[in-house]
Amino acid sequence: MSSFFTFLINGISLGSIYAIIALGYTMVYGIAKMLNFAHGDVIMVGSYMVFLSMGSLGLPPYLAVLLAIAVCTVLGITIEKIAYKPLRKASPLAVLITAIGVSYFLQNAALLLFGANTKMFTSVISLPAITLADGSINITGETQVTIVVCVIIMIALSLFIKKTKAGQAMLAVSEDKGAAELMGVNVNGTISLTFAIGSALAAVAGVLLCSAYPTLNPYTGSMPGIKAFTAAVFGGIGSIPGAFVGGILLGVIENLSKAYISSQLSDAIVFSVLIIVLLVKPTGILGKKLNEKV
Amino acid sequence: MALLEVKNLGISFGGLRAVDSFEINIEKGQLYGLIGPNGAGKTTVFNLLTGVYKPSDGKISLDGKNITGKGTIEINQAGIARTFQNIRLFKELTVLDNVKVGLHNSYTYSTAEGIFRLPRFFKVEKKMKEKALELLKVFDLDQEADYLASNLPYGKQRKLEIARALATGPKLLLLDEPAAGMNPNETKELMETIRFVRDTFEMTILLIEHDMKLVSGICEELTVLNFGQVLAQGKTQEVLNNPQVIKAYLGE
Amino acid sequence: MKRERIAKSTRSTWITLGIVVVAYVIMQILGQAGMLTSLVKGLLVPLCTYAIMAISLNLTVGILGELSLGHAGFMCVGAFSSAFFSLCMKETMAAGPRFFTALLIGIGAAALSGLLIGIPVLRLRGDYLAIVTLAFGEIIKNLVNVLYVGRDQEGFHFSMKDSIALGLGEDGKVLINGAQGITGTPKDSNFTVAVVLLLITLIVVLNLIHSRSGRAIMAIRDNRIAAESVGINITRYKLLAFSISAGLAGMAGVLYAHNLSTLAAQPKNFGYNMSIMILVYVVLGGIGNIRGSMIAAVILTLLPELLRELQDYRMLIYSIVLIVMMLFNWSPKAKEWREKYSLRRLVSKIAAKEEA
Repeated sequence: MSSFFTFLINGISLGSIYAIIALGYTMVYGIAKMLNFAHGDVIMVGSYMVFLSMGSLGLPPYLAVLLAIAVCTVLGITIEKIAYKPLRKASPLAVLITAIGVSYFLQNAALLLFGANTKMFTSVISLPAITLADGSINITGETQVTIVVCVIIMIALSLFIKKTKAGQAMLAVSEDKGAAELMGVNVNGTISLTFAIGSALAAVAGVLLCSAYPTLNPYTGSMPGIKAFTAAVFGGIGSIPGAFVGGILLGVIENLSKAYISSQLSDAIVFSVLIIVLLVKPTGILGKKLNEKV
Repeated sequence: MALLEVKNLGISFGGLRAVDSFEINIEKGQLYGLIGPNGAGKTTVFNLLTGVYKPSDGKISLDGKNITGKGTIEINQAGIARTFQNIRLFKELTVLDNVKVGLHNSYTYSTAEGIFRLPRFFKVEKKMKEKALELLKVFDLDQEADYLASNLPYGKQRKLEIARALATGPKLLLLDEPAAGMNPNETKELMETIRFVRDTFEMTILLIEHDMKLVSGICEELTVLNFGQVLAQGKTQEVLNNPQVIKAYLGE
Repeated sequence: MKRERIAKSTRSTWITLGIVVVAYVIMQILGQAGMLTSLVKGLLVPLCTYAIMAISLNLTVGILGELSLGHAGFMCVGAFSSAFFSLCMKETMAAGPRFFTALLIGIGAAALSGLLIGIPVLRLRGDYLAIVTLAFGEIIKNLVNVLYVGRDQEGFHFSMKDSIALGLGEDGKVLINGAQGITGTPKDSNFTVAVVLLLITLIVVLNLIHSRSGRAIMAIRDNRIAAESVGINITRYKLLAFSISAGLAGMAGVLYAHNLSTLAAQPKNFGYNMSIMILVYVVLGGIGNIRGSMIAAVILTLLPELLRELQDYRMLIYSIVLIVMMLFNWSPKAKEWREKYSLRRLVSKIAAKEEA
């Protein structure tokens, strides 16, 4: 029982990371209607920033994290400006391929700059672990911080969208770009802001990911990126609560199946659950139903 | 016995009764109009007749055969073909291929015969092509057979849609606002085409239209729909002079 | 006029096939003359493999109009089923019939899995279908990586754990060894076989497109509701296109597997990275343009190899080329620029000057 609890907590923690990454996918999808394949690689860039600024520059962890967030935010905005903005009216497939190109670019640039060998990442979190039930349940500092950070981000983001003008503009653009523009919403600015927020969150996710699973190489972001993308679809792409629910569920399913079924088959199980969910509810758990008018 | 008999047809979307106790009888060879204000449920009736929506209640029979609740494909094969309010052509196919798709179920050979170019492929394709060009000629589209459908001017796209519907060999043809977006000249030409189709193919036609000139010019009988219900039914001139109909169109 | 039109599509098919044959002859001559480096020789079969993959994916993406991100999964099914068969029959069957049977098995297994996955998922639309196919590809890769099969006197043994769990007798031999995959597949494919398979793929896909079923498939792509209204069975033709596409990917898998002595399912050969790479070929070659996707596959496979001298920079350059090509093709500014400096305009300008 206590081991189940440990697996569950770790699953929620992993799921929290997926949820934070999934937010980036889902917000960008909601607003720009594109799958930003390069999002996972922004995570990797964020992790390298922390790794280097702590290791080579000797910055304290909180400064390193802030630096990483700043770099990723700028990176996200730049990617959008250079690679995606000119393609606003292009076919979705063209945009998808461009995003793939950006993803390759980030991976290979990292390969050149930082080398192919895997780095050992030092956790930025120095919180002591909590032990419960006479030591049979052990919750690491990383796990605690990850879950708390995820909850804070979710609440902050929901408030931001509900209460601020910029947040309302985001909603308007995601509903109808043309109408929003006519109503005086700065569409380009809103899209930039979305990319900025998504990329900043990716940096946070990267730090949390590498603190919990302390290996780092140029491909670190790619698999968590795909999984988080899956989580976003799982929860209903375009929906912020959906990203949260999808992320947590995915993390829990992955961890529990690793623990109780097979560690090698966990990916297959996660993806099978996704397929089953989409077959039952074709637009994800919290997704809107779409009907085609005849 | 009428070609199309509809009794007590109705459908609800959630709490909204979109069409309620709709009845219509169309004789073979008739040119029949379905009119009514925007949102009256005309296109919904078409969608019910063609199986896009399943009726909540009522009965539809075509040529004595009950087709209530059947799927779109079955209903097409039973003999109802349609056009759409917002033109729905196969845009990346040629004009000729659009009609050939309409001929899909009447001229058949297997996928394997197509892939391996067996003799039947050449034989059937040849016949198909002749038939398709014959239809295109009726609509004066044979010169544009090799154009992509999306490159046709608007009026010709409407005509092509009718040609494609006729290719499926229907007994009843449903036209959803065929004159929408046409100028008076094009509309006049269209009226002639519709009449011509009825006469040459001995076709029964039910059409939705807002253009009263077209309606009064070619329809023999009318049904007026308002808020999902039949407001008036009968000979065209009588219906158009009905005070209730005038009120429904002009408002209080 | 009728004859003209059929002639047009037929001519285009012949040109495409002709390009392949000419390329094959040139390569053979260069090979005989000893002018091909071992690097290029080693690339000949993979080039055909990727061209087949690109053509078959174009059938799904361009002709059927559905985005699939799991095409490598079908290739994986074809590769493993056929390699397993060939390994089992290594001593008992002659190379020719063995490879032919392996081919049928690989195509059949992939087409069947296309059908099985297609029945539930083809009703999903757009991005959702894309993510489900991606998931499917990852599942296949994952399953193959934990599959252990061995054979001894008592017959076949299966396990999902490790090779020891197979419990083989003394004479037993592990055939599929989990993540290590299959070792010792007979090398039954060569450049000639590869070109023949490529030609078959082209004939199947191009003839399908220019036939009754192909028109139905494209009608569904262009307007599903209208296609249904003229009596086209949507599910049937979607499944048909999807399983033919999967079957051809399986054929590419057979070719791939029989060109290597060791076959293992790694992210780079059967993961989503591969599926995406194939998709890149399709998009750059032109969606729905069969000849284009074949040529794009060849050029884009050669490009990183030709850039090999640049070593570490080659993939970086490749990614930049990819982004720049998309921007050049699609961005409004680039379109303007191309109009202004298009070759045709320049030519007509020069012609105008000469006249004057």
